Amino acid sequence: MLEIRDLHASINGKEILKGVNLTVRDGEVHVLMGQNGAGKSTLSNVIVGHPAYEVTQGSITFNGKDLLAMKPEERAHEGIFLSFQQPVEIPGVSMVNFMRSALNAKRKYQGLEPMPAGEFLKLAREKRKIVELDNKLANRSVNEGFSGGEKKRNEIFQMAMLEPTLSILDETDSGLDVDALRIVAEGFNKLRTPQTSAIVITHYQRLLDYLKPDVVHVLINGQIVKTGGPGLASEIEKRGFDWIKEEAGL
Amino acid sequence: MSSEKQYIDLYCENRELIDAHSAPAMNALREDALAAFQTLGFPSRKMERYKYTDVATAFAPDYGVNLKRFGFPVNPYDAFRCGVPNLSTSLYFMVNDQFADKASTRPHLPDRVVIDSLCKVAKEQPELVNKYYGTLARARKDSINALNTMLAQDGLLIYVPKGVVVERTIQVVNILRAEMDLMVNRRVLIVLEEGAQAKILFCDHSMDGHEFLTTQVSEVYVGENAHLELYELEETHTRNKRFANMYVDEKRNASATIDSITLNNGLTRNRTDVSLSGEYAEVNMYGCVVADGEQHVDNNTLIDHQAANCQSTELYKYVLDDKAVGAFAGRVLVREGAQKTVSQETNANLCATKTARMFSQPMLEIYADDVKCSHGSTVGQINDAALFYMRQRGIPEEEARLLLKFAFVGEVLDSIKLDALRDRLHFLVEQRFRGELGKCSGCGPNACSTR
Repeated sequence: MLEIRDLHASINGKEILKGVNLTVRDGEVHVLMGQNGAGKSTLSNVIVGHPAYEVTQGSITFNGKDLLAMKPEERAHEGIFLSFQQPVEIPGVSMVNFMRSALNAKRKYQGLEPMPAGEFLKLAREKRKIVELDNKLANRSVNEGFSGGEKKRNEIFQMAMLEPTLSILDETDSGLDVDALRIVAEGFNKLRTPQTSAIVITHYQRLLDYLKPDVVHVLINGQIVKTGGPGLASEIEKRGFDWIKEEAGL
Repeated sequence: MSSEKQYIDLYCENRELIDAHSAPAMNALREDALAAFQTLGFPSRKMERYKYTDVATAFAPDYGVNLKRFGFPVNPYDAFRCGVPNLSTSLYFMVNDQFADKASTRPHLPDRVVIDSLCKVAKEQPELVNKYYGTLARARKDSINALNTMLAQDGLLIYVPKGVVVERTIQVVNILRAEMDLMVNRRVLIVLEEGAQAKILFCDHSMDGHEFLTTQVSEVYVGENAHLELYELEETHTRNKRFANMYVDEKRNASATIDSITLNNGLTRNRTDVSLSGEYAEVNMYGCVVADGEQHVDNNTLIDHQAANCQSTELYKYVLDDKAVGAFAGRVLVREGAQKTVSQETNANLCATKTARMFSQPMLEIYADDVKCSHGSTVGQINDAALFYMRQRGIPEEEARLLLKFAFVGEVLDSIKLDALRDRLHFLVEQRFRGELGKCSGCGPNACSTR
């Protein structure tokens, strides 16, 4: 599904990613771990096409297509979704309008007619249940006045609406209490299919207990230096990153 | 030759003709206005109030005038069919400065309410006009007042007598129509006597591709316990220059909502001057400006708290694209003795391009010591984080920008109390942002826009 080859990327002239290689196949959940500033969020931003980052070398293909040649919105239409670490508040744009614009833009890209209003509202109601999101929030502006937990649940709700094939969860567990974490993680699991994949960025094992990942990567100083099974995450939780750095000769 | 001279000459050479086609109440003030105009001249940009608009240049070209009051052939219903759906209004038309008597359907109005040609009423019922005309908009106060008083021959009068409530919204469509470049001097007088209530909607349209230069001076009297909602919507075209001065006086317990919306224009200069002269009076002023190309919109306001216990709110929002220029200068004056004044003034602006320019100048001047007043202003760009968030969800960049701009002015539109008008304006503003206003199917050819 996703093929990243020798990816170098920088922001404001500072190189953050220094040759990342990563392959994600259909149905797999990959975890990306690493200390603050290692480049995890940069990698996710580069995949979704954030204009502040410049790719200086390497390639990303998504289902055989050159992702780097696409605009952010086209990448979204192709099935890539980022659950933001800090979801943005957009005063004055209602959740309903926002979601309908997003959904219909994707449908247009797929050659489909816009979804009728009644059908859309019914779909939104169903999807909101997955993350136990209050229907009242639908009438509010995007993320405005939402609590931290509501914002994160709202991200998974949007994911449910847009049905991406590759989801990137950037610290979706940060700032959540145990109940909210369970709701978000279970919501995510309900959306999984053998065709959908995910890249999960986290510092904590507790989210992974729910998600049951297939592969764990450790990103240090802009490169993936170690890849292992689910056990690697719990080992990092116990031992930190220093032993991996030593192993890698850093 | 200075810009002033042609107008002075025009008046001096046509005194009799102007008077003959007007009314005594209006003629009585002309000589004084001439003297005032000769003294004042056009304001230079050194004058604080006119810092952002070059008046003399706007008035320099030689426009035609219609002193003999020829009627321009126009069927207003052809020109303007886009009413406000679901808003049942009493509809009136003004063609240039003339009340379109034949076109209006003479809607049923409560007893003794008058909506008619100012000139006609001034002749037939002078007592309704004499007492008010020229008392708020003094010629010596301002060049545009002086010029308008000197040359205006007609306009509109809305009179609501004591205690009368006009339930239906009064909609007045101002249509600019000419076969050459034209100067129009329009006069508006609105009188709400004690306890009267009315909702008034003005829509400015221009029908032809000609250049128009309009001066409009409005005097609005809101009596004790009277309530007024006044909405002004400008949807003209880029060759239109509008100089509009409005003076409002509110007596004890009166309230007024004044909404000014500029969706399409060339050069617009609105001066709105509100006096809260009676205790417990209240005014809420809102402004929404959407401008692009080389459009120029200058709103200059004064809220004069003369009496104690009054309240004022002011919120103006601008969205400027391309090389548009916006200006907002809002002065709130709290006079000595105007204790317990509550006043809030906000001006927020969005410059969507690097070449758009906004001048913002909120001013607060307080001479009382027990008041609660605030003022603030912001000028910003499109929020990049929000833009990217929307694009990541698949919303194309152009659409995302549009949604953000629309959201920005939404706050002002939401202040409109008439549901149907609010919905209509949401629709029009969205169309405007999509660049589709000129294609409005409800209007006849060229009615909305010749951009």
